[in-house]
Amino acid sequence: MLQKLFKFKGGIKPAYNKQQSTGEPIARAPLPSRLVIPLHQSIGGTPRPVVAVGDKVLKGQLIGEADGWISAAVHASTSGTVTDIGPYLVPHPSGLSIDCVVIEPDGEERWIERQPLDYRTMAPEAVRTYLQQSGVVGLGGAVFPSHAKLTPSRDVPMEELVINGAECEPWITCDDLIMRERAAEIVSGIGLFRDLLQPKRVLIGIEDNKPEAVAAMTAAVQAAGEPFEVQAVPTLYPAGGAKQLIRVLTGKEIPAARRSTDLGVQCFNVATAWTAWRAVAHGEPVISRIVTLTGNVDKPRNWEVLIGTPMDELLPLASPRNDTDGVIMGGPMMGFLIPAPDVPVVKATNCLIAHSPTLFPPKPPEMPCIRCGECARVCPHELQPMDMYWWSRARNFGKAQEAHLFDCIECGCCAYVCPAHIPLVQYFRFAKSEIWAREKERKMAEGAKERFEFKQFREEREKAEKAEKLARAAAAQAAKKAAEAAAAGDGAPPEASPAADAEAAKKAAIAAALERARAQRAQVQARNTENIPPDKAKEIAEIDARRQQAGLEPAVGTPAPGKEA
Amino acid sequence: MAEYLFLLIGAVLVNNVVLVKILGLCPFMGVSKKLETAYGMGAATTFVLTLATGASFIIDHYLLIPFGLEYLRTLSFIVTIAAIVQLTEMVIARTSPVLQQVLGIYLPLITTNCAVLGVPLINISHDYGFVESLLFGAGSAVGFSLVLVLFAGIRERVEGAEVPLPFRGTAIAMVTAGLMSLAFMGFAGLDRY
Amino acid sequence: MDLLIAIAIMALGALVLGAALGYAAVRFKVEGDPIVEKIDAILPQTQCGQCGFPGCKPYAEAIAKGEADINQCPPGGDEGVRKLADLLGKEYKPLSAEHGQEKPKAVAVIREELCIGCTLCIQACPVDAIVGAAKQMHTVVESLCTGCELCIKPCPVECIDMVPVPETLETWKWKYPVIEIKPADNRKAA
Repeated sequence: MLQKLFKFKGGIKPAYNKQQSTGEPIARAPLPSRLVIPLHQSIGGTPRPVVAVGDKVLKGQLIGEADGWISAAVHASTSGTVTDIGPYLVPHPSGLSIDCVVIEPDGEERWIERQPLDYRTMAPEAVRTYLQQSGVVGLGGAVFPSHAKLTPSRDVPMEELVINGAECEPWITCDDLIMRERAAEIVSGIGLFRDLLQPKRVLIGIEDNKPEAVAAMTAAVQAAGEPFEVQAVPTLYPAGGAKQLIRVLTGKEIPAARRSTDLGVQCFNVATAWTAWRAVAHGEPVISRIVTLTGNVDKPRNWEVLIGTPMDELLPLASPRNDTDGVIMGGPMMGFLIPAPDVPVVKATNCLIAHSPTLFPPKPPEMPCIRCGECARVCPHELQPMDMYWWSRARNFGKAQEAHLFDCIECGCCAYVCPAHIPLVQYFRFAKSEIWAREKERKMAEGAKERFEFKQFREEREKAEKAEKLARAAAAQAAKKAAEAAAAGDGAPPEASPAADAEAAKKAAIAAALERARAQRAQVQARNTENIPPDKAKEIAEIDARRQQAGLEPAVGTPAPGKEA
Repeated sequence: MAEYLFLLIGAVLVNNVVLVKILGLCPFMGVSKKLETAYGMGAATTFVLTLATGASFIIDHYLLIPFGLEYLRTLSFIVTIAAIVQLTEMVIARTSPVLQQVLGIYLPLITTNCAVLGVPLINISHDYGFVESLLFGAGSAVGFSLVLVLFAGIRERVEGAEVPLPFRGTAIAMVTAGLMSLAFMGFAGLDRY
Repeated sequence: MDLLIAIAIMALGALVLGAALGYAAVRFKVEGDPIVEKIDAILPQTQCGQCGFPGCKPYAEAIAKGEADINQCPPGGDEGVRKLADLLGKEYKPLSAEHGQEKPKAVAVIREELCIGCTLCIQACPVDAIVGAAKQMHTVVESLCTGCELCIKPCPVECIDMVPVPETLETWKWKYPVIEIKPADNRKAA
């Protein structure tokens, strides 16, 4: 099974730090006291909640319905009662809250009715919809809804299906362990993906610092009798980036602003294959995932954790040391410090690293860029980070985009090697989000302009129509008058002009409405004047009287000076 | 043939209009804030300057010299240049609105570009023939465009740099221009003429 | 005699050139002013009229003609002024105080229990962002509201408020990293 491997340019070799957490098998984390399940857990539309506060839910029951094609459903991780639906802090660098469903577990872990699915007899479209409803998303970290990626392109024949077991970031071992322990189910899941996409070849890429995983997967592939090729790829960060792994395994380089499907390649994470198989063969939606607990802890290990488990209930399982001063979600290269200790585990949580100043010493202060080019040497996308940095820092976003800012995958290689300790990735993220915000604003402005122009056009048209109508009415009136004058000749004055009448009626109606609204407002706003003792009431009445004398305000009303006054 | 080549290279690098002859500094400082405008200005100037050297040669040799009116050179050249610029602008506006948009207001500004007047006058003082005049004109124009684009590139980059407060803006641009001029002095050895 | 020849030749030259230019002016005539479009593209299209012109396009035209200054658009903010200065090759100047200040983005919200259904705000809204009918409660379509505040004045019962747009995950932006922000209180985890 020896096959020529290719290389991508750049990359770095940080210390693996993986052996700490691979000593023990995956264990099931105990049921937490509450589950906070964010509705928005995948790229795309935010799922709509389909449960209400007080509802009893079963394990695996749908709680958030996918909104649109690029969106995936969310399920209850255990049985219990919904105690709240509202904004809670989520693991996101912004530290903002989004709508979550809070479930108080009843401890019974009662499942919904699970039915295995014979996907081979079903239409591919139905299988994709089923995966969407099961909440299957990419578990490598990007959480892109998998069913959308399982739709073969119409014009490009699918050549290769790449299964990503590289797991290149230091410290993280969740994919390693799942491949060691659940290889057979992963291979079945890959078979499902293969049947949906119909690629010519299936390649499984695993970094060569995980020989046990390579052996387990090879054995499982042979046992299943599948023609999948298991490849050990050289350990080099970021070999687990989709584009890098595709490059290494197939030799195809994905051009800027194109997708791998344009070249007939699709890429999935091993854990995604596993969850997809659980969903199809066991009827289990994605309600848990493997999370590596490591870093500044005494008992690093991989745990199977229910989605929604608060991290401060999870981390004690690994016995964090006393000098732990934070938690990184994800790896040390691309992860971020969680905004609060009690944020929930989500589908993107592959690893929690206890942070301590000794383990991750604070970065020395940023120095000026000397354009040494080290960042360009390690960039796996062959970009020039020094130029992107230069323009991002100067807020010259057009130039930054010209330097191909949007091809950056934020892997952090450049910042890792930078001798001036410049937080390059942060500059890139800043520039990217500024550009996105501007783009959004521009689109809004365009829409506003369009509507403004249409409104002007409409007003013009209405004016023209009205003028025409008036002219016609006037002509008719004149004709009538002329006819009357000709017929009778008596100068009886016509009844008071109907227009003036209508005007008066309108005015009266507006006045009445104003009066109603005023009364209503007094009712709505003057809450503090209810239930007051008689002496106070008298006082208020006196003050009101004084005020009225001074001509300041009407007796009934609010402290706010009314426009009509 | 080699002579012509030397004349051309000499005009572009060694006797660069801007950095060595110090002509045409206003557009050099004024239109070099952005690369795109620098490209446009360079292209427009190249066109006008080449045309102007040809036209001025013809006027000088077939109109002014036969009638002994050499003292009217400056005046007649300016009028000719202004007319060429106007004509160019109208033609471009009609034929290529895109190019006109790119050049914008810089097109009419070429009239006041002293390099455009200076190069024909240098031609006459060097007693160049028609082809030589054209080549020298084109070479100077290319030299002008070259340093304009280079300078614009540097200025764009300087904009992102942390320049000490008193040097921000035009001051640092002047310093940069001075350094570029020094660098172009280094081409002096190339010159045989 | 020399003088006469000189004058004659210069006059002849001027005549020839003038004729050529005159012919060219007729032959190569163009209309339209693309600069207005470019200015209009920079303006935020709130149509709020704070600049003193009835909408963004008229303001753009006024700038193009040189009748208005570039610093009269508070919704466009400081950045808008900079972009205009860049486009027009003018010197940057801060927003003029008489036309208002840059405010954080807000949308109009109608207090629905107070609305009397007079449709005055619907008529005032330049971008058709308010829906409702006579004697029916009105409401603002939040995603279409530009925050121009033009609906506030006409409302006879003062039931329209400007509410700042809260930051969400979609609108959240990474901050400029020069000033290092240490998440001091976030590090108490576990």
